[in-house]
Order: sequence, then C-alpha cells, then structure tokens
Amino acid sequence: MAIEEIKASSGTLEKQAASTGYKDVDPGKVIRWTLLFLGGVVMVMPIVFMISTSLKWPHEIYELSIIPKEPTLDNYIFVLEDGRFYQWFWNSLLIATATTISAVLFDSMVGYALCKFSFRGRMFIFIAILSTLMIPTEMLVIPWYIMARDFGWLNSHWGIMFPGMMTAFGTFLMKQFFETVPDDFLEAARIDGLNELQIWWSVAMPLVTPALSALAIFVFLGNWTAFIWPLIVTNSPSLYTLPVGLTTFSVEQSVQWELIMTGAALATIPTLLVFLIFQRYIIRGVVMAGLKG
Amino acid sequence: MKILNKKFWKNSVTGLAAGAVFAMGTAAANAVEIEYWQYFFEARVNAVDILIENFEAANPDITVIQTTFPYADYRTKVAASIPAGQGPDVVQLFYGWLNDYVDADLIRPLPTDMFPPEQIEAEFFPMVQAMKRDGAYMALPTAVRALALFYNKRLFEEAGIEAPPETLDELVDIAAALTKRDGSGNITQVGITTGMNAQDHHWWREVLVRQFGGSPYTDDYKTVTYNDASGIAALQWYADLETTHGVTQSGVMDEPQAAFKAGRAGMHIDGSFRIGALNSTRGLEWGVAELPAGPDGMRSNYSSYWVNAVTSKAEGEKQEAALKFMAYLTSDEAMQIWLETVGELPAKPTAALTDANKADPVFGPFVEGLGYARTTIFANESGQRQVIMDALQRILLEDASAETALGEAAATEQALLDEYYN
Amino acid sequence: MFGYKSLSIKQKQVVWAWGFLALPVVFYSVIRFYPTFGAVLLSFQEWNLLGGKTWNGIENYQKLFADPVFWKVFGNTFLYLILGTPISLLVSFIIAYNLDKVRFMHGTIRALYFLPFMTSTVAMAWLWRWFYQPVPIGLFNNMLAAISIPQFPFLKSTFWALPSIWAPAVWAGLGFQVIIFMAGIRAIPNTYYEAARIDGVGPWTILREITLPLLKPTIVFLVVFSSIGFLRIFDQVFNMTTNDPGGPLNATKPLVLMIYDTAFNAFDMGYAAAQTVVLFTVLLVVSLVQLRIMRDK
Repeated sequence: MAIEEIKASSGTLEKQAASTGYKDVDPGKVIRWTLLFLGGVVMVMPIVFMISTSLKWPHEIYELSIIPKEPTLDNYIFVLEDGRFYQWFWNSLLIATATTISAVLFDSMVGYALCKFSFRGRMFIFIAILSTLMIPTEMLVIPWYIMARDFGWLNSHWGIMFPGMMTAFGTFLMKQFFETVPDDFLEAARIDGLNELQIWWSVAMPLVTPALSALAIFVFLGNWTAFIWPLIVTNSPSLYTLPVGLTTFSVEQSVQWELIMTGAALATIPTLLVFLIFQRYIIRGVVMAGLKG
Repeated sequence: MKILNKKFWKNSVTGLAAGAVFAMGTAAANAVEIEYWQYFFEARVNAVDILIENFEAANPDITVIQTTFPYADYRTKVAASIPAGQGPDVVQLFYGWLNDYVDADLIRPLPTDMFPPEQIEAEFFPMVQAMKRDGAYMALPTAVRALALFYNKRLFEEAGIEAPPETLDELVDIAAALTKRDGSGNITQVGITTGMNAQDHHWWREVLVRQFGGSPYTDDYKTVTYNDASGIAALQWYADLETTHGVTQSGVMDEPQAAFKAGRAGMHIDGSFRIGALNSTRGLEWGVAELPAGPDGMRSNYSSYWVNAVTSKAEGEKQEAALKFMAYLTSDEAMQIWLETVGELPAKPTAALTDANKADPVFGPFVEGLGYARTTIFANESGQRQVIMDALQRILLEDASAETALGEAAATEQALLDEYYN
Repeated sequence: MFGYKSLSIKQKQVVWAWGFLALPVVFYSVIRFYPTFGAVLLSFQEWNLLGGKTWNGIENYQKLFADPVFWKVFGNTFLYLILGTPISLLVSFIIAYNLDKVRFMHGTIRALYFLPFMTSTVAMAWLWRWFYQPVPIGLFNNMLAAISIPQFPFLKSTFWALPSIWAPAVWAGLGFQVIIFMAGIRAIPNTYYEAARIDGVGPWTILREITLPLLKPTIVFLVVFSSIGFLRIFDQVFNMTTNDPGGPLNATKPLVLMIYDTAFNAFDMGYAAAQTVVLFTVLLVVSLVQLRIMRDK
C-alpha cells in the first residue's frame, strides 16, 4: 500500500467520523454506541482513579469517591520537593530524544540504502538486519551488561541508550516507505548535480515525513517507558529514568499509596497530554507503523 | 525525601566553594570525596546524614556522599558497581552477606593498627567476632538489634487490655480481642501482623522453633534441624494465627509494618530499627514488650547487625579517608547518635547494657532480648528467607499440612546450604 | 588508487551504499550479533561476573531442565500468552468492528480506548497493585465490601495472581490493537461490501466471508506482535510482586524475571544465559509456527 492510500484512508477515517448521521436512529445503534462508550469509560477509569487519588488527603484515599472532597496538591508538592523527579524526568527526556533522533536518522539511511542503491550483498544485509528482530532484548541484556562494564559505560546516559541507537523495525519500515518514492525524482536530482547524501536528505526524506514521524513516535514511547535495561545498567539514583525512579520511589514509600499514585501520575501525565494534543498524528503513526511493520 | 535535596545542595555548595577557591587561587582545593552506600530506610538515612555532618566538621578536607537504594536492589547494585570501579568507598552490609563480599574481593580487611583485633574483641559484643578473617576484621557494626513486640496502646485501651502478652497463649487471646471485622466478615484490623517476608522468619527460626523444644540448625548452621515435631508445631502455631484463630491476615496492607503504622494492627513483631520510623508517625501511641515466652516459659530472641566495610574500590587517599570515616562510624559517639536516631543499640555492651537503657520503656525490652538472643549464620539470607515464606504460603494457599510444607522447606534449604558450603 | 571521479555510476553507487551502511553494519555486528553469540557461548560456561569463566558443557541446560521452578516458570510464560493473545485479540476486534460503524463521538471513544496504551507500564503496575489490595485499602475489594460480596484474593492466590497481573497488560495493549484492527477494516475496498450487499448477504456472512479473510495480514501481525509481548512480560510482574518476586509460590514468575534473578541477584551468568537461549528458542518457534499456521489457512 502506498502512502497516498494510507493518507486517503485515514482521511476518510476522519471524514466519516465527522459526518454524524442523526437521522436514522435505530435502537441497535444506540445500544452499540452506549456499550462502546461505557467500555471506553471503564478503560480510562484506572487512570482517573490514579489522578483523583493523587489529589486526595491520606485519610480519604481508601474511599471510593472519584472526586476528592477536599482536593489538595500537597502530594505533588511533597513528591516534587524530593527533587529527584525532575532529574529522572530529564534523564528520560534526554535518552528518549537522543535515541529517537539517532534511530530515525540511521534507520532511514539504512532503509534508503537498501531500497535505492543496487550493490552486491544488499539482500544479505537486509535479511541480517531483519533477523535481529527475532532476538529478544532479554538475551542481549547480559552480554550488553558485560560490554558496558568492560567499556566503562555502566551508570551513564550513553550506557542506557547505546542498545537503542538503531532499530531493525525502523529500518524495515523506512525501506517499505522509500519504495513509494519514484526513482525518477532521484534521477532528476542526480542530473542536477546533487550527491547521494544530498539526494537522500533533501529529496527522499521530505517525501516520507509521515513515516518518519510514525517511527519517531514509536521509538520515543518505547524508550520513555523502557524499564529492564535502564534498571540493570544504572547504579546511581541520579541517572535513573522515570520508570526506574518510580519503582525506587514506590518501594521507599512502602504503602503510602497517595504518594505512589502521585509519582505514577507524574510519570504518566506528560505522555497523556502529548497524546491528547497530537492525537491524530499519533494514531495515524501507529496505524502506519503497525500496518507496514 | 529531603535527603537527596540535601545532597544536591551539598554538591552545588561544594561546587560553588571549589569554584570560589579556585578563583582565589588558593591551593586548598584537594578535598577528598568518598561515597557511602546503604539501603533505603528512612531512620538510618537520617542517622548517617547526622554522622556525615559531624564527620565533615571534624575533617574539613573530606566530603562524604551518601547514596541509598531500595533493599531489594541493594546487593545487586553493590556487587555490580564495585568491580566496575564505581560505587561506594564505605559500604554497609548485612552481617550474613560477609562471606559473599570477602569471596568476591569487594571489601578489604581493616588495618590492624587502626582497628586492633584484641581491642575489638574486648569492647564489642561477641557476635561481632564472626567478622574476623585471617587475624583481621573485615567489617564492624555501629549497632546491634534484637526483636520485640510492638503494641498499639490506643487499641489495647479500647479493647480493655491492660498489658501486653507474656506468653504465646496470651498473645493469641489478646490478638483475638483486638481483631475487627466489617459486616461481611472481612478483617479490617488485625490482632497481630504476620508475614514471613518481614521479620517473622527470624522470629520463627530462632524463637518459636526453640520455644517449641527444637533447634533450627546445628551449631555451625550448616545443617537444618527444624524438620521435626517441634519445628512442625512451631509452624503450625504460626499458621494457626490466620487459619484457626483468624486474628491476622498475612500481607494485610501490603506490609506488616504499614498496617501497624496505620493503626490497623494491635501487635507487631519487629526489630529495634523500627523505633525511629514509629516515633515519626503522628497520632500513633505505641509500646514495646519482650517477645512472649514459650509454653514452658522459655525466652529467646534473634539479634543481627549491619556492618560497615571499606571496599576494594577505595584506593590511596580515598582509602585513608574511608578508614577515617569507618573509625568514626564505629566510635562511641556514632553509636549514641545511632541509638537516638534509629533506635538500634550500641554494638558495645558497655554502651548498650547500661542501667539507663535497661530501664528505658522503649529500649528496655530490646536490651533484655539481646541478653538471650541468638544470631543465625546465613549462607544465603534471601534464599533462606524465601524457603520459610514459601512454606507458610503452602499452608495458607495450598492447604498443605505443616509437616509437608516444612519437609519441603528443609530439603530446599539444606540444598542451599550444601551448595554454599561445598 | 582510483579516484572517485574515475568510477562508473554503478560503482559510485556501491561506494555510497557502503558509506550509508558503514556505521549501521558496525552497530548491528557489535550490539546485536556479537552479543547473541556471546550469550550462546556463555550458556555453556560458568561465570559469576567476578572470577574467570570456566567451560561446563551442557551442565547449565541439564540443571535448568531438572529444575522444577523452571518448568513452573515455563508454564507461567505460556499461560500469559495463551490467555493473553486470543482474549485480547477477540475483545479488540469486537470493539474495532463496532467502533468502525459508530460515527457519533467516534474520535472521543477511540481516544478513551487508546489512552492506556500511552501510559507507563511501571506506573500502571503500581496502580493496579493498589487496586488489588485486600480491605481496608484495595479499591476492588473495597468495592466488593461496599456491596457485601466476599473478598477476592487477586495477587494473594496462587491461582488468581497470574490473571491479575495479566489483566493490566491486556488493558494497556487493547487500544493499540483496536486502532490497528480498525485501520485494517477500513483498508478493505468498499466494492467487496457493495457486491455482497447486492447479493443480499447478511452481516454475519459478510463478516465471515469478507472482513475476516481480508483482515488476515492484520491478524497475523497482531498475533505475532502480541505473542512476543506476552512471552516477554516482565515490568508488570517485577513491580507488582516486589515483596515476593514472582510469588506467591512462583505462581506469577515469567521466564524473563527468572533470567533477571539468576543474572543480577545470584550472578550466575552462565545459567542465566542458558535461560535466555531457551527464551530465544521459544520466541522463534512460536513466531514461526504462528506464521506457518496463518499462511496455510
């Protein structure tokens, strides 16, 4: 499927959704809508409870009410006074951003090279890269850990990010999308005297921006929520990412659930906000990555 | 936690100071910075903060940075970072882990001129001698601890109970009077907290098994001997608290101490280290009593300690600084601060078994307990704990008999011990 | 030495291609392939991270296959998968199929289902752990108590603990599957449906004869994707059972948690590597079998 088709189908998706038909109200449809809506409400209930609990005083948290009787920001003040949350947030942001830039750049470079250059060994490289999709990270974690230790990368930002600097999934995705870029465009640019790097960057890349943003969303989200590798590779709390820090924090608070919920809310709200703002793009990105990947 | 704020502060302040010093062109900028690691336990963290402050005041050329981890990750982090040339210069570890640390070359012996073995043996509790290897001490404690029974005074008053239990039978009766249920019969307040994952596995091993007439291990702690009638009776008695008497629910409120802190438990068995945390819990009125005596009046207790050691990562001037800090951590002054902040008793009998401490309503029961306590020698503390946890779970969740559950536990634990010692 | 200028266009392309691929080839060799072989080698060795490595043949594998805990864990891992993939796919398909037909507030409802996918697994694990507590603190049990229904043991039962940990994993992944299914449904050309309508075929037949067969690529993708996810479950279990990791009585322990424990708590690196090789084999076999079955149908 070409990008145009996906664009078209997601376009109609929006259009169809927008044209609401009130005329033919039949009971079956009303029931369907009601059930779906209730199901959706149930889906977000846990998140609602998390946020509501984070706004409650300790004596109120075991009550079933969703709206706090006397809402308070005390929990947030306590958790943020801790100071570590800022640092964990920053670590996560830095690592997710850096890996995203790197993965988007390199994956599209490799995808482009495998798609648009003909050379011996192309198929071999492609299959080799694709085959790494079958290797679970958990298998690599132990050798990575040893590697990081030997190179002195333990306990550093670089140590957290190095395994994710390129992704086989992204390479595959980008290769698929570069297939839709007509060779004539590239040839024309070549005649204009652009070198291959310039052609890739200024001719081919702008034509696949939807794919690039889809990949970026996936890589970012993946690194933002990554847990096992950051847990293993970091030793000092100042280098923890948000998920690892949240675990530490929650264990420390033992069972002060209002504080744990506040920490959880702090770790969750940023991505939720990003989603609510860029909903259309994110859903389109997920669809593209999912269907092509 | 404000601790880390303080640390950041300190870092930025020392950073600023160093910058200022550099700008002025003076040559005093060669301060040594050493790192101290322990697991996260609020009272202990606060105590070390105070100790560091005092130590730095006396040694302006040394800066000590404290780092903490959740208990579950602590050993992993220590073992992973020291060989990589990172991590602590002075480390706190559980006495039961010493062998692992020595075998792995993670810690260095304390020089005998600074820490003469004869003097240590004359001054410290004899259990500390387990820290000696080849004529030198590897590690030393600041404090020792024992178990006691904490009770919620307000709940006792409410139920009309005048005094904490003297015997195990009394404990069951009192716990029954303290248990509360809601309309559907769900427990909302437990008479006594249970949960082998906290301190209860120690209570069972060194106290209950002995009180029921058995002994948990041979004297060298290399062979399991609790798998007999007395061991079974002890485990059965413990499980009965939940299954027969219904005065407890294991894992209520996720952790036993949390239930007690929240005022949802009448009694709670824990170590002296809990005192600090309970002191800072608002609205909780609590008292301490000795662990109840067994059927024939026998008393027993479990004592343990955390030690400090200088790691193999500390070299040169860092090692010197680390040894200085070590010496301060094991000084009488540090022990007193530790007692006041954490509630653990000084590691020296002369300082611990004072009349004042014995008469103290809070420290008294612990001091008494220390007199007849035993110290389990662990090969693999977390593994051996898991075995006891699983034994209880088999009874509670799988309806296994105490005999079957304990038989399995003994076999598994013996395998652990054999693997370690052979 | 030839100058770049003297190369033919084809040769220039080869140079550029390898220029583009140089760094990635190094990356994949050093960060993916070398460690994979490293893990396989390590699985035939004994090493505690500190001393030297010693070869011990297939001892690690023998120890593993003789360990009842491993078989328990192996079973758990598959239980997560067998419960997870079919149920979550069925539910998400039903939602997607119906949501596709809904116009009013379509975007809002879609967002409601998708929101959990955007959360952090660790945060959600703690959230659900709180929900599962017994009275007086757990949300679910407090709800039950409010309507006088007996307590449900959730994480404290050897039978229910695994489904309790599994549920949030399904919950968080549902939105993703719904979106993918809907896109798959939308991608089916309208002409098929029109033809069917002209023939007067009922909705059930349309679903069975047109929608499902044409959705096969989407289904294959989701089955493989979600199976791999469930076989690798870790974050949820780790965070929901910190008091008794993988408990009670190993009832919730998946393979990845066993690997983590063996490697980073017991420092038995060779033994852990052997477990990772088993995990790798399982993932490979499961994916290949699924692809094969789906292709045949």
